[in-house]
Amino acid sequence: MLPFVLRRLASGVVLVFVISVIAYTLLYLGGGDIARRILGQSATQETVDQKAAELGLDQPLFAQFWDWLTSALQGDLGRSWFTGQLVATGVSGRLAVTLSIVIGATLVSAIVAVVLGVLAARRGGWIDSVVQFVTVIGFAIPGFLIALYLVLIFAINLHWFKATGYIPFTTSPSGWVASVTLPIIALSFAAIAAVAQQVRGSVLDALSRDYVRTLRSRGLSMNRVVYKHVLRNAGGPALAILALQFIGLLGGAIIIERVFALPGLGQLTVEATSAGDIPIVMGIVIVTAIIVVVVNLLIDIAQAALNPKVRLS
Amino acid sequence: MTAITPTPDIPTPQAHASLLRRLVKRPLGAISFAFIVFVGLVAIFGPMLAPYDPNKASLQLVLAPPSAEHLLGGDSAGRDVFSRLLAATQVSVAAALLALVVALMIGVIAGLIAGYYRGWFDSVSAWFTALVMSLPGLVVLLAARAVVGPSVWISMIIFGVILSPAFYRLTYVAVTAVRNELYVDAARVSGLSDGRIISRHILYVVRAPIIIQSAIIASIAIAIQAGLDFLGLGDTSLPTWGGMLNDGFANIYKAPLLMLWPSLAIALTSIALVLLANAMRDVLERTVVVRRRRRRAVATATGSVAAVTTSIGAVTGSTEAALDDELAAVKPIEHRDDDRAAARTGEVVLSVTDLRVGYETDKGSTEVVHGVSLDIRRGEVHGLIGESGSGKTQTAFAVLGLLPRGGRITTGSVEYEGVRLDHASEREFTAIRGRRIGYIPQEPMSNLDPSFTIGSQLVEPLRVGLGLSKKAATEKALALLDRVGIPDPKRTFAAYPHEISGGMAQRVLIAGAVSTDPDLIIADEPTTALDVTVQAEVLDVLRGLQEERHMAMLLVTHNFGVVADLCDRVSVMQAGRIVETGPVRSIFHHAEHPYTESLLAAILDEGPARPPLGLSTEGALR
Amino acid sequence: MTDLLLDVDDLEVEYPGKGFRAKPFQALKGVSIDIKPGETVGLVGESGSGKTTLGRAVLGLAPVTGGKVRYRDRDISHLHRSERRDLSSEIQVVFQDPYSSLNPSLTIEQILIEPLTARGVSSAESKKRVGDLLDYVRLPGDARSRLPREFSGGQRQRIAIARALALDPNLIVCDEPVSALDLSTQARVLDLFIEIQERTGVAYLFISHDLAVVRHISHRVAVMYRGEIVETGAGDQVTARPQHPYTQRLFMAAPVPDPDRQEIRRVERRRLIDEQRAAAAAGTEADAA
Repeated sequence: MLPFVLRRLASGVVLVFVISVIAYTLLYLGGGDIARRILGQSATQETVDQKAAELGLDQPLFAQFWDWLTSALQGDLGRSWFTGQLVATGVSGRLAVTLSIVIGATLVSAIVAVVLGVLAARRGGWIDSVVQFVTVIGFAIPGFLIALYLVLIFAINLHWFKATGYIPFTTSPSGWVASVTLPIIALSFAAIAAVAQQVRGSVLDALSRDYVRTLRSRGLSMNRVVYKHVLRNAGGPALAILALQFIGLLGGAIIIERVFALPGLGQLTVEATSAGDIPIVMGIVIVTAIIVVVVNLLIDIAQAALNPKVRLS
Repeated sequence: MTAITPTPDIPTPQAHASLLRRLVKRPLGAISFAFIVFVGLVAIFGPMLAPYDPNKASLQLVLAPPSAEHLLGGDSAGRDVFSRLLAATQVSVAAALLALVVALMIGVIAGLIAGYYRGWFDSVSAWFTALVMSLPGLVVLLAARAVVGPSVWISMIIFGVILSPAFYRLTYVAVTAVRNELYVDAARVSGLSDGRIISRHILYVVRAPIIIQSAIIASIAIAIQAGLDFLGLGDTSLPTWGGMLNDGFANIYKAPLLMLWPSLAIALTSIALVLLANAMRDVLERTVVVRRRRRRAVATATGSVAAVTTSIGAVTGSTEAALDDELAAVKPIEHRDDDRAAARTGEVVLSVTDLRVGYETDKGSTEVVHGVSLDIRRGEVHGLIGESGSGKTQTAFAVLGLLPRGGRITTGSVEYEGVRLDHASEREFTAIRGRRIGYIPQEPMSNLDPSFTIGSQLVEPLRVGLGLSKKAATEKALALLDRVGIPDPKRTFAAYPHEISGGMAQRVLIAGAVSTDPDLIIADEPTTALDVTVQAEVLDVLRGLQEERHMAMLLVTHNFGVVADLCDRVSVMQAGRIVETGPVRSIFHHAEHPYTESLLAAILDEGPARPPLGLSTEGALR
Repeated sequence: MTDLLLDVDDLEVEYPGKGFRAKPFQALKGVSIDIKPGETVGLVGESGSGKTTLGRAVLGLAPVTGGKVRYRDRDISHLHRSERRDLSSEIQVVFQDPYSSLNPSLTIEQILIEPLTARGVSSAESKKRVGDLLDYVRLPGDARSRLPREFSGGQRQRIAIARALALDPNLIVCDEPVSALDLSTQARVLDLFIEIQERTGVAYLFISHDLAVVRHISHRVAVMYRGEIVETGAGDQVTARPQHPYTQRLFMAAPVPDPDRQEIRRVERRRLIDEQRAAAAAGTEADAA
């Protein structure tokens, strides 16, 4: 098991490194005359050159990247060009908000999807049709559209929740729950749809396997076969989809945060993008990549626990 | 790479057209297809039909309610919402199409090349795919936007690249699957060029899934494009659904209706696309499922499922109906018991009377077993022999209460040691199966759960069914593994199914079947999937166990050699009926039914060998 | 110059191992076999013996890493794709699984015409040829416009045979062509193979795991075991009086379809295995001493 984890970890590190190389190159080369953009058209060439030197932009790209990488490894992701704020501080301050809703949505969708998927696969008939239809709709409608209407109905018309804003868990746990409930619901829809479909499909597939018949022929009840054998075999593909969904949820959170005016990573991304604040954008890309690698690693470990072939290969 | 040569002289069947025809027969398919066509028409002609300039602002119209001149009112800048909606449709649809086309081009071409030729291109694209899929698309889009500025088209090209793995994976998986099909090998041996093989055999298979995937990708592209504009990161000079949504959201308190129109456009288009994809998948999957079932049935050379599918499919013609009538009246030929069979066997344990098995399908019900009667005595090995589709496996599954989905006993009775099983509940069966009837399947590997060790699969029924302690169950399992001839029981006990050979797996399954000391074993082609030398060993194990425990055994097989080796009595099945039954020697030496005779005549073992070519070739081989 | 049609000489095939730095798998370890025009050479072996690989190597579908495959004195083991294509009118194939060897979405006519158009035969001529081919394999002429799924396993195998015959080859590699078929169908398809051979003079490399099938159709038989040929000889000799210990075990393992004779066979098999074990034990003792 340990060699397997180490191998996955190593490939994750390589992935983050490659992403940082590509992102850095594209962001810093593609931006044109960065110092000019920061200072505006009215600045003199002299001040522009001075600014470029100050930011290290007169160095060759490789040297710039090396600088960035060595400080990044020590936790310093640079400073915002416009506010001068440390990127690491800015990003980590927003991370809690985003992770609250993304992890919340992942858990909610995993649980709901497994229940729906197993129900649809085992019962069949009208339950299956209803679940299938609901998942199709959930899959089709973009999350932010759902979010807009949740705000309109539950916040503006019914006043059950506050339309906007975030209350940290440390300030008030119940307030925190109230502030993330609607975002999590809005975010979960699509993930529930995708994972439920996968769970349904892989449970049906596992149910049709020969070993199910053989296990039943040994006197094991259908329920026991389903909960012990079928679910375990169906778990692998479902987990793989869940990992993909998590990545999707990270992206989806950007728009959802906007709807609910949550001060998360998404809001920071939109601000930095509009302003062209490259160090912040770069920081967000790297932090996202690290989160994705960590989550994939966790899912891989779960996969290995479920499936002996993964573990041994 | 060779150029793709068209084959104009060979018309290919209109799979595409028939897909569309079958699609519109389904209500959801027809509605969603009609809606997509409608959106397409609006996208093309909308701007021409718009009553006003979509960008012209007028102070009187700011947040104006719907009126006769302005059907949907005005937005926050005083522009006509209806005209904007028409214009926005064009931009949004074009943007989504752009992303789709880019994704298609990159994904499909790369998938074809990587899947067909493999090699370094395969590794590189697999790696690139992993890279692209490891970052949220929106984060990449926003990062790109920070550099290139607000252009709908550039964003959508980039998004197309981000989406391309969806097509790449699909194409790749399909191509690698088809590439290993024998008909592609046959085409290669027939002298077809790579280009022709790809265009004729491979693109053919990938086409339908790609169309389905395209609908889904288009809906995602529409959502993402709207999302970008909703965030205010798009090009504000162009009317888009997302931009209109942004405007509506900003005025959610003052004019909630403004949000409705663009969100309806986005939601309905996306739903229609996904429903369309689903309907297409339903239409296509039906044919695929049948095909896969048939193939599996053939690969295992018996036809438990083939019996079902073939009788539903092509064969249900006049011939079979005629055969049915002809056979229905005739009772099976029964041979008198000989001393040998009588001496080895005791009282009847399993009695099947006039058993009929039917399957419910979309096209009504089909009967696959047409009234089978059969007695099995203690200590007897009863062979059930027949060709594929004769219903022998269906009979066995019916006794076990383990018919595949849709199958059920329609009439007749199954009585086992005084208990009626033909309509027994799941609970009643749970008490009988495993404890009093054991089952040995045909295909060793697929009948072991790949996620659990061999040991745990053997121990579980012992603990649940017999209530043994963990220690006792483990000891019993190890002893059984030793008994069925597994050289290192402890190691096999701890191994996973994929770590042992097929022959070993079949021994494990035999151990499992006898582990609960049943009185009757139902063995469904227990040696068919094995090599001849392994088969001989497994037959020895089966014979030994049967004699030791004086069990009754129902042995389903198509191999007369296996029958001769193991059986005391034989029943010959043809087309869902038993045509002849009796002691094994009578059947082999004095077969009376023409079908049995024809089967025996087809056995090759007895025939003379073909003489060497010419006369002078003797010993020419090195 | 020899009168051999196919001459396989010390052939080795290695498949790359799965995964990084895995050991390659040697499927054939120096196999030699030859076929004369119009002859059937049967190739018997169990799963993993390399018999299918040998067939695929002759067809150019397996990576040859050593030795030679000569067809009419020409080395064809490392041909370029375009050169290989020219051989399509010489060497053809019939595969085991009649379900996956025909493209399910093409009609029978399209399947049969495919090799002809690839050779540049005109459309009208190939349509006529399809009629002849269907006649050859005893399928009705109206079969041409139907899809493979409308045919039974035996009929599909006839279609596959017709496709192999389309270009009038001199050698057909038959890879377990009857093992997926029912007993009675099997016999009929085998007789069709023999009849075609007598009519056209085509040679077969006939691969099967079943000694009885091979005995029925082969002039000569070769037995494969773990990537090597362990015994060759005339059909009757190899399939009834085998010499090599493995062939003897294989022969004894196949159950005889007669209860009384099978009882005797069972005893003989036990004795043979005990003898071979004893001989092997003596061998190792001798080695040790």
